[in-house]
Amino acid sequence: MTDVNNNNECLPQEPAPAIEPLVCVMPGEPLVRIAKRGSTSMGKKVAIYVTGFILALVVGALLLLVIGKNPISAYANMVTGSFGTKTSSAETFRLAVPLLIAGVAISLAFKMKFWNIGGEGQILAGAIFASHIVVHVINNNISIAFLPLQFLLAFAAITGGALFGFMPAFFKTKWGTNETLFTLMLNYIAIEYINYLKQLNSWKPPRTTYPKIINFKDSLPQLVLPKVFGVHIGWIFALALAVTAYLYLKKTKHGYEISVIGDSLNTARYAGMNTRWIQIRTLIISGALCGLAGYFQVAGADYTLTETTAGGVGFTAIIVAWLAKLNPFVMVPVSVFIAMLKKGALAIQSTMKIPASAADLLTGIILFFMLGCELFLEYRLVFRGRGSKTVEILEEVSA
Amino acid sequence: MQEQQAPVTDNVIEMIHVCKNFGSVQALKNVHLELRRGEILSLLGENGSGKTTLMNVLSGIYFPDLGEIRVNGTPVAICEPKDAFALNIGMVHQHYKLVEVFTAAENIVLGLPGATTINRRALARHVQEIADRYGFAIDPNKKVYDMSISEKQTVEIIKALYRGADILILDEPTAVLTPQETEKLFEVMRAMKADNKSIILITHKLNEVLAVSDRVTVLRKGEYIDTVDTEHASVQSLTDMMVGRAVSLEIDRPVIGDKRPVLRVTSLTCLTPEKSMALEDINFEAYGGEILGIAGISGSGQRELCEAIAGLYPITGGSILYKGLVNGFEVEESLVGKSPSEIVKKGVALAFVPEDRLGMGLVPSLDMVDNIMLKSYRRNKGFLVDRKTPQRTAERLVEELEIVTPDVHTPIRRLSGGNVQKILVGREIDSAPRLLMVAYPVRGLDINSSYTIYRLLNEQKEKGVAVMFIGEDLDVLMEISDRLLVLSGGKVMGIVDPRTSSKQAIGMMMLGHEASELEGEKAV
Repeated sequence: MTDVNNNNECLPQEPAPAIEPLVCVMPGEPLVRIAKRGSTSMGKKVAIYVTGFILALVVGALLLLVIGKNPISAYANMVTGSFGTKTSSAETFRLAVPLLIAGVAISLAFKMKFWNIGGEGQILAGAIFASHIVVHVINNNISIAFLPLQFLLAFAAITGGALFGFMPAFFKTKWGTNETLFTLMLNYIAIEYINYLKQLNSWKPPRTTYPKIINFKDSLPQLVLPKVFGVHIGWIFALALAVTAYLYLKKTKHGYEISVIGDSLNTARYAGMNTRWIQIRTLIISGALCGLAGYFQVAGADYTLTETTAGGVGFTAIIVAWLAKLNPFVMVPVSVFIAMLKKGALAIQSTMKIPASAADLLTGIILFFMLGCELFLEYRLVFRGRGSKTVEILEEVSA
Repeated sequence: MQEQQAPVTDNVIEMIHVCKNFGSVQALKNVHLELRRGEILSLLGENGSGKTTLMNVLSGIYFPDLGEIRVNGTPVAICEPKDAFALNIGMVHQHYKLVEVFTAAENIVLGLPGATTINRRALARHVQEIADRYGFAIDPNKKVYDMSISEKQTVEIIKALYRGADILILDEPTAVLTPQETEKLFEVMRAMKADNKSIILITHKLNEVLAVSDRVTVLRKGEYIDTVDTEHASVQSLTDMMVGRAVSLEIDRPVIGDKRPVLRVTSLTCLTPEKSMALEDINFEAYGGEILGIAGISGSGQRELCEAIAGLYPITGGSILYKGLVNGFEVEESLVGKSPSEIVKKGVALAFVPEDRLGMGLVPSLDMVDNIMLKSYRRNKGFLVDRKTPQRTAERLVEELEIVTPDVHTPIRRLSGGNVQKILVGREIDSAPRLLMVAYPVRGLDINSSYTIYRLLNEQKEKGVAVMFIGEDLDVLMEISDRLLVLSGGKVMGIVDPRTSSKQAIGMMMLGHEASELEGEKAV
């Protein structure tokens, strides 16, 4: 190192780190730039979400002011409209059931980085398969008891959903098709198939020309699922599913395989996993669970089949899964929260005469801000001349 | 930027107090660098020392958190790569950014402002002029997909020169070149230097630093260490600066008497999914108790060979016979057609470290326990995974291999590259293999960790395991291997004794000359 010091003498420009004054503002630094955060503490995460929520309420308030409504009472109405009475609470929880089931279902695929956005179609497929049985039973006057009927319907719905999950997985693993487009297109197939069913005489109420599917409850009363605490028993299943899914992902070999594939398909291949079968198997489960959500819609909520039986649940479930960071337990409160927004948006339409589009816009704003929080969990904004953290480090280095 | 009176200076670039953080990781801590007109400056440091980050700051890919950059004495802000171009700074990245279906000339003008039509003839002439001036060999009309790696690199360099670069940054340009190609590149660099261009050469190979550069700036763990004249430096002095303490650079090659064949590959041929030849008529044997080195330019079939043996690559023809234990008896059986997990069970272990260092063999977001059980999780019966056994293994490996981690439940992406690779190699060794294939196990490792890995491989060899070591550093391969197999274009060019072969001869074989063509090289 001695000759190194000699060299330094012939480099007069070399600044000695300890003496040179610290440069705090760099010329031409952009006004705002994004820097990656280190680890984020729990408190900070909560603070980010709370800030995001408050900002959403503020922006939503601006919207409400523009259309001439009092934001405070609108927000109050949203809360009372969704949890104010026993019936409204029941209605909110009823909305949350398919969201939770579909959210858990989709997250299995998402965990594998298989972008299943066909939850809608898989729910409808389940509903369609179940409805086929219902219509068959009604039209042929088959007498069937409650339990066998329910098992039959659930089985049919699972088959339908599983089929809709299997197809994109098969094609993706065999020929590398794009699962996003594939599952999206299957949604339309399911919807248009329902539109076709509506035209069939055997599915229509007698003496109607208007395309509509009969109400199953009237001719088949044993279709109706019993209620516990005012909500059809699907909610018990949904909660059990959240626990099961958690254990499935954490404790089983299947769950382990899913997390390996989700992180690195190549590693899974190198470990000798049958990646093709694992993807197909997981999508079959994902689709089957969505199908089951469709069954609960038919037998627990709607008692008929329409193209809105899924009602966007398959898409909203993506938000549920994402907001919950794919954790099935977190999905429970998240799905209730989103159901509350939905129910609240309906409530302010009737109580405050706020147009449906504006109410939906409000829901959209809140969800947008909540999802936007994710950016700030990972990154922070650095304003010009405020690279304060680095200054501290520099001082440390110079010291 | 021109309004200020530029002070008279010899330094074309000065970087002062440059800091850059990625989250809580300090990639650059108060780093200085100066580059003079008409010199070749080596930027030396181990992986993770911040060499590439510093150059990415200079070329506008990252904006520094703090610090000043002066070009010809004038402070400048380089917010995006465009700004760097405007200041005549050109960077040739490690991974080339070329459009495969375009010709060399088309790639060179890509993205430049100008008329909507290209005068191809004038363009080709201009490109040829640049090439002739510095001694590049290039055909402007050749498509990139027809080019060798070295030709692609030439295109990247000319692209920078065509855009008027006076300051050229080359990021580990020799990593993918043979010794001959490297020497040619150095000649070109000297010609550019004579033309008063300034070059920064990012590297961690010391002999290259000494061969070509005038001065060398050393970084260690994001910190500026020193800048010295190359003529006053030696391999040992530079290593000590780079590592921070004195290190020994010898690699052991223990001699084992008893060698039994473990693997016999005969006429192995594999086709790529596009039906071109990936491996052609591969013949060799691997013995227990020896390290068989495999040398070759990257992409010469090393990966396909490993994968074919491990059952991960479709085999078109030929045979792979493996001596494994069946019911306690040693029998020779064919591996062709067996599933990857069956082959693992038979005692064939593969540790492949890809370019991104994590993508094969390890799962970055899972913890050490989950990574340890990657190949063994099916062993226990039932539906649930058993994490107790791998946890014990993990804890033992942490102790034995001195893996630095908060605990065995930390996601391994938070660990440093050296520790991650110790986990990978450790896991494969722990499976008590009879045949251990390791590909690029020291890729990106610091010197200390590299030597730990070499020691582990030698231990396996002494235990009687057949070790196949696929490496990129020819010097290391020649020191550690008992025999050295050279691959080129998916073919075996020969198997030589590294103790008696010259580096030049092996370089020729890597370029596709068979051992039999070369004088004085006899196959072993």
